[in-house]
Amino acid sequence: MHSDAEEVQKSVRKYMMIGAALLVFTGITVAASYLNLAVPAAITVALVIAGMKGSMVASVFMHLSHEKQWIYGALILTVVFFIVLIFVPLFTIKDGISTGLPWVQ
Amino acid sequence: MDNVGTIGVDHGHAHDHAHDHAHEELSFLRKYVFSLDHKVIGIQYAVTGLTFLLFGFTLMMLMRFQLAYPGRPIPVVGNWFGAASAPGGIMLPEFYNTLGAMHGTIMVFLGVVPLAVGGFGNFVMPLQIGAPDMAFPKLNMMSYWVYFLGGATMVGSFFVPGGAAMSGWTSYAPLSVIAQPGQLGQTLWLVGMVFLITSSLLGSVNFIVTIVQLRAPGLTYMRLPFFVWAQFVTSFLLLLAFPPLEAAGILQLMDRVAGTSFFLPTGLVVSNRVVTTMTGVAAGSVASGGGNPLLWQHLFWFLAHPEVYVLILPALGIVGEIVANNTRKPLWGYRALVYSVVFLGFMSFIVWAHHMFMTGMGTTMSAFFQTTTMIISIPSVVILTALLLSLWGASIRFTTPMLFALAFMPMFGIGGLTGLPLGLAPSDIHLHDTYYVIGHFHYVVAPGTIFALFGGIYYWFPKATGRKMNDLLGRIHFWGSFVCINLVFMPMFIQGLGGMNRRMYDGGMQYAHNAGLLKWNLVIGVAAWALGIFQVPFIVNFFGSLKWGALVDKNPWEATTLEWSAPSPPGHGNFLTEPVVYRGPYEYSVPGSAKDFTPQFEAEHA
Amino acid sequence: MEIPYTVQARPDSGLANGKLGIWLFLASEVMLFGALFSTYILLRVGATEWPHHELNVPLGAINTVILISSSVTMVMAWASLKMNQWGKHRLYLSLTVVLSLLFLLNKYFEYGAHFAAGEGPSHTTFLAIYFTMTGLHMLHIVGGVVVMLYFLGPGARMWKTSPEQFTNRIEYTGLYWHFVDLVWIFLFPVLYLL
Repeated sequence: MHSDAEEVQKSVRKYMMIGAALLVFTGITVAASYLNLAVPAAITVALVIAGMKGSMVASVFMHLSHEKQWIYGALILTVVFFIVLIFVPLFTIKDGISTGLPWVQ
Repeated sequence: MDNVGTIGVDHGHAHDHAHDHAHEELSFLRKYVFSLDHKVIGIQYAVTGLTFLLFGFTLMMLMRFQLAYPGRPIPVVGNWFGAASAPGGIMLPEFYNTLGAMHGTIMVFLGVVPLAVGGFGNFVMPLQIGAPDMAFPKLNMMSYWVYFLGGATMVGSFFVPGGAAMSGWTSYAPLSVIAQPGQLGQTLWLVGMVFLITSSLLGSVNFIVTIVQLRAPGLTYMRLPFFVWAQFVTSFLLLLAFPPLEAAGILQLMDRVAGTSFFLPTGLVVSNRVVTTMTGVAAGSVASGGGNPLLWQHLFWFLAHPEVYVLILPALGIVGEIVANNTRKPLWGYRALVYSVVFLGFMSFIVWAHHMFMTGMGTTMSAFFQTTTMIISIPSVVILTALLLSLWGASIRFTTPMLFALAFMPMFGIGGLTGLPLGLAPSDIHLHDTYYVIGHFHYVVAPGTIFALFGGIYYWFPKATGRKMNDLLGRIHFWGSFVCINLVFMPMFIQGLGGMNRRMYDGGMQYAHNAGLLKWNLVIGVAAWALGIFQVPFIVNFFGSLKWGALVDKNPWEATTLEWSAPSPPGHGNFLTEPVVYRGPYEYSVPGSAKDFTPQFEAEHA
Repeated sequence: MEIPYTVQARPDSGLANGKLGIWLFLASEVMLFGALFSTYILLRVGATEWPHHELNVPLGAINTVILISSSVTMVMAWASLKMNQWGKHRLYLSLTVVLSLLFLLNKYFEYGAHFAAGEGPSHTTFLAIYFTMTGLHMLHIVGGVVVMLYFLGPGARMWKTSPEQFTNRIEYTGLYWHFVDLVWIFLFPVLYLL
């Protein structure tokens, strides 16, 4: 945890570098969108890049990489429910009485 | 900076004597209205919640009159509602629907949860963990006043043209979007919900941080009273489950006010007319469509299922406290109780679509939700069983709180068991949307949770006021309520199994299959009004005891948990000396001990 | 009467109250925006057609750059306090506010262009979810700006009376701000690029 002024001083360079990396990735993701990929591929590329950018913001700017257990625990729980909220309604709607889910016979 | 216990005085509302730091004398507004003290805020929540419970109850009494005597003018108060709601005192179907929607909304969101979580949680929890107050007192005060604003919005919505919301407490689309077009009722419901959800969010953050951070020295997690564990899990449910409903509320507001079609499918035709946008925005143009009514149901039930565990968990906690104290034994299976309540909280997030079995769901997802629903019944049963087993070999004291706690157990059992055929899709096909459902959930919340809350009031009233409530009035309240409440809800299972649908303003008269079931409406109605009358002794007792109740000292119930080491009522800062915890929460009848209880806060003695 | 652990961390949890509090709040925000992303998915999957590159990609990209930069200035505003550089802190915090206002200005132009063309939220499902998601995100930016202005204004007094607590509060503001940036990092590709 950054409790020392010197430690924070060392991190300043890291913040700048991550900031630059984020800008680079922004450029990449915009360029990728003009490749006119098929929708599943486009979604994957966009989400992977966004995921990488998000992880950088979370772990470095938000200091998550050395946070305490309670924070991790609450966040992991949240992520689990987030995934449920994203996918389960979708599955439920796609799994109709006459049309099943794609991978179920 | 460790907590330094300030020297308080025995009566919290008296002047603070200046000691370690000078306290300016607070104005009346700062002390009783905009107080930062968790005890005052807890009492505010409790009294407001109880008032809303009473209000929601009267709405139901009106409904039951219509159901018992369809089409008859309501006696005495019939002419108060105006020609738009009850011309000549005869309830219009729209007014019936309004009463139904608002009864549910008010009881759940303005009554039970604020009382159970805001009231009991705020008042008792910091005392039980040995804290001087909540972690964020200002946030606490804000959460109450935002709740108040939400409640005012909901009540205010009765008085706008068109009246209050009438699309069920569930506000299903597309009805909720197109109902009362251009009028404020449903829109205000949505605004009120946004306030209530915000209040709840502020509260839940406060509760979790307080429990993690402000426990007294020696109070490890596995020495926490079960009540605190219950509030802890409840707070996580509120924190993570409410936001999707807030989002859904915003989406429905957009549909009603900005003419979007989040929930309106393409080409929706109602009463032979294509649905148009609601507002001046391109008014009259066809709704853009492309929306999905099921989206509302998913987002709504994603909250509303964990919400029902929010309704029951604090009650289980209260019953646990009362049972331990009045059996003079430790609760049976403390670890099982803790693991169960945590597991229950987790599972509650993945069962919600058992409310949606009839929406055309395929067998795969239906099987998923049936499975998770069956699994979630296990921790509930474990908890109820542990409470029941706690009675084995006990020296039961039949105090007024204990009567309510004892009654809770079989009532919760009936409520829980009747949930099983609802959680299984094949049986749910016949029971969905019938009175069976109403019977099921009311058993859990009414003779279940509300009984537990009554028990909690009788139990902690002495701590909050320094006086006991009257026992005779308490027993009349209990027995009258217990008999009447069963007469209200048991017949509903009969009606539901017979196929009587819910939400019918004429009591189901128009369907031939209901013919033999209609007589129960009269029984239920009379029982409901009698139930109302039996709340009078409670109200008289509650207010009367403030003035005339027998005075008590710190620990009238000879209990073991930390709150009973503070004065009754506790002063500013709660404890006279910093509490330290030496043992678990339910050390009753410890072999070899002189007394039949060894409080958590007493140091080791010979 | 003092509430313990408002500034110092509690030994067993390793946290100060506010740090835990703000992360819990952010957890709830994850669920809030999660519900809207879920809405987006459901509506798009159920739609017969869905626009591609309908929005102003360059403007969105510029806004992304602005917001990322504001995240950098925000973390620097906190770091400056840790290094006892009050002047730098004020500079970085003010820069964060300026960048946020720029973001809002861009959105004003963007929204304006849509409304001028008669493309309000009621026009299509895509626009409905676009306006709702970016609108809610914008409200969060406004909220953040209000808090920052408070800490540039009357709230700055706390640096004199309780510097550690003030530093913590800036850290918590930063956490909130990075979250707002994080939401946009996902919003931008989802709405503008896909």
